[in-house]
Amino acid sequence: MTSPTPSAATPLEVTDETVTKSTTSSGPKGSESRSPGRLAWKRFKRDKTGVISAYVVIFFFVIAIAAPLIAKLYGKNPYTTYASQDPSLLDAFAYPAGPNGGMSSQFWFGVEPQLGRDVFTFLLYAIRTSLGIAVATTILTVTLGVVVGITAGYLGGKTDYLVSRVIDILLSFPSTLFFIAFMPVVYGIFVAPDDNIPTWLRAVALIVVLTAFGWATIARLLRGQVLALREREFVEAAKVTGASPMRIVFKELLPNLWTPIIIQGTLLLPTLVTTEAGLSFLGVGIIDPTPDWGVMIARGSTFYSQDLTFMLFPGISMVLFVVAFNLLGDSVRDALDPKSKR
Amino acid sequence: MLRFLVRRILGALVILLVISAVTFWLFYAIPRDPAMMSCGKNCTPDMLKQVRHNLGIDHPVPVQYWYWLKGIFVGRSYGDFGDCAAPCLGYSFANRQPVLGTILDRLPLTLSLAFGSAVVFIIFGVGAGMIAAVKQGKWQDKLASSGSLIASSLQIYFVGYIAMYFLVAKLGILDNPSYTPLTDNPAEWASGLLLPWLVLALIWTANYTRMSRSQLVETLSEDYVRTARAKGLSRRTVFFRFAWRGAMGPIVTIFGIDLATLIGGAIITESVFSLQGVGRLALDAVNKSDLPMVLGVTLLSAGAIVVFNIVVDAVYALIDPRIRLA
Repeated sequence: MTSPTPSAATPLEVTDETVTKSTTSSGPKGSESRSPGRLAWKRFKRDKTGVISAYVVIFFFVIAIAAPLIAKLYGKNPYTTYASQDPSLLDAFAYPAGPNGGMSSQFWFGVEPQLGRDVFTFLLYAIRTSLGIAVATTILTVTLGVVVGITAGYLGGKTDYLVSRVIDILLSFPSTLFFIAFMPVVYGIFVAPDDNIPTWLRAVALIVVLTAFGWATIARLLRGQVLALREREFVEAAKVTGASPMRIVFKELLPNLWTPIIIQGTLLLPTLVTTEAGLSFLGVGIIDPTPDWGVMIARGSTFYSQDLTFMLFPGISMVLFVVAFNLLGDSVRDALDPKSKR
Repeated sequence: MLRFLVRRILGALVILLVISAVTFWLFYAIPRDPAMMSCGKNCTPDMLKQVRHNLGIDHPVPVQYWYWLKGIFVGRSYGDFGDCAAPCLGYSFANRQPVLGTILDRLPLTLSLAFGSAVVFIIFGVGAGMIAAVKQGKWQDKLASSGSLIASSLQIYFVGYIAMYFLVAKLGILDNPSYTPLTDNPAEWASGLLLPWLVLALIWTANYTRMSRSQLVETLSEDYVRTARAKGLSRRTVFFRFAWRGAMGPIVTIFGIDLATLIGGAIITESVFSLQGVGRLALDAVNKSDLPMVLGVTLLSAGAIVVFNIVVDAVYALIDPRIRLA
């Protein structure tokens, strides 16, 4: 789960591109500013797959952010059970009366079986919850991993040894099992055993648990990078000129680490989306009535053999997002690090 | 080799010790009283005290942990609840049974699930990766690359239901997933688990296709492969004897870890297909706050990961003689 394998689909073309590029652009326009960032952006813009998947990913984030607005324009919300207002929406067995899961001009994506909620707004808010949790966790995990990794790598010695052992142990934890086992622990810290667990706490607990077991991979990687960088001349030079450790870390080391950090972040986010949905599917993360991709699939699984339509919406939208994000990640990687063959 | 094994096994034991201690300590943070749950309704304070004593939870946590550790080697007694013989991983309050017995009951299913799908995905994954690497840039390569990209983005909790809907409910080609012990009836064992195997394999194959392709592409461009070709060896010999062997090392590593993960409990898979394996056992135990059971399954999963890591490193050295076990 923690060993992402970047696609090896396009490395050859990319290398060719950079070769031709460096030969052509070293000509008359040499005065043009060519910072590594701008070069990467140029490379990225030329990658059609990357640009298209970027649009898809942006589309998902826009509807996640604008979910309340869209729901308002559309005139429904994900919580109202419309079937109780209009019993004709569901048939005698509490399945949608209309064809295709009750899709109509009124209910674009149909009606939820049994409770009769509106699938369209439910999906919008589900994307909002899932992406929100995944983004927050990604930021926290990457930050924690970067801080710990750089500290261990830069300080070395006993700190490094200790941190490396902690990382070793964390990486041998069976992850899914631990996510599940420690969700109740986090709840237990905040709420008395018999009280209801508020939704924000469920989200926070998910973020805490996913971060707590997720930072080790990134920390290990950055530690290795820092160990290599630490011995380079420019760091020596900075030390000789009397730069403080803070300055060396932030001004000398960090600028050289942005590429692996961004790459790790893009690898992490889609796996977090699916892990979060998986936990919610098992009933240990977000739970019904709060819309969430995992919750929708869990709902759909209770009546999938009668009404598959409901399940297709969360399922297909999630696959679409994850595929697009993985493709985007591949392109970003190729753009930032054209030399890497993987 | 021997020194390597001894050192790694000692390291593994330390890791298992730490994991069990962390789990033990973290679960103590849950303010739920297992004695209350065992004692049931109409529980008088005296009875509660007795139950606490029988369960051994009237001691401080480090002492409890020590008793638990000791139980693994010499067994322990739980008063009225009965005895628990030598490799005693604890006693489940919720099931009223020793933990180890329950886990061993559920283990065959999980092992069948893990090994069955592993056979499918390693064969198809590496096979597809080999074809893609040999036919670099041709349609076979593009098909394998894009197919594996999509397949790796699929999730078992979605594809599993889709597969069950079409293959079981609509077309009736396959049976609903079920488990019959292999020793009872091998045919039913295989037909009952066929659907989970295929769905698991579909998702996991992708990883192996991508990895074995990129590994092979890399080794095929190495000097020693070119030298072998230049010596006049046939394409086939070079591919299997030289390139393939060089490329398989990393695959073996990932395969070992994946297999360990599957053995540790494919929780979501077992939930989707309603199979009562170790994964479901863990999920139910967490929901019931059944600490001894959670601890037992955690230890099993972590143990599988650590053991497979050692095995993988040893196998890696056998495949690739350049690796020396230092």
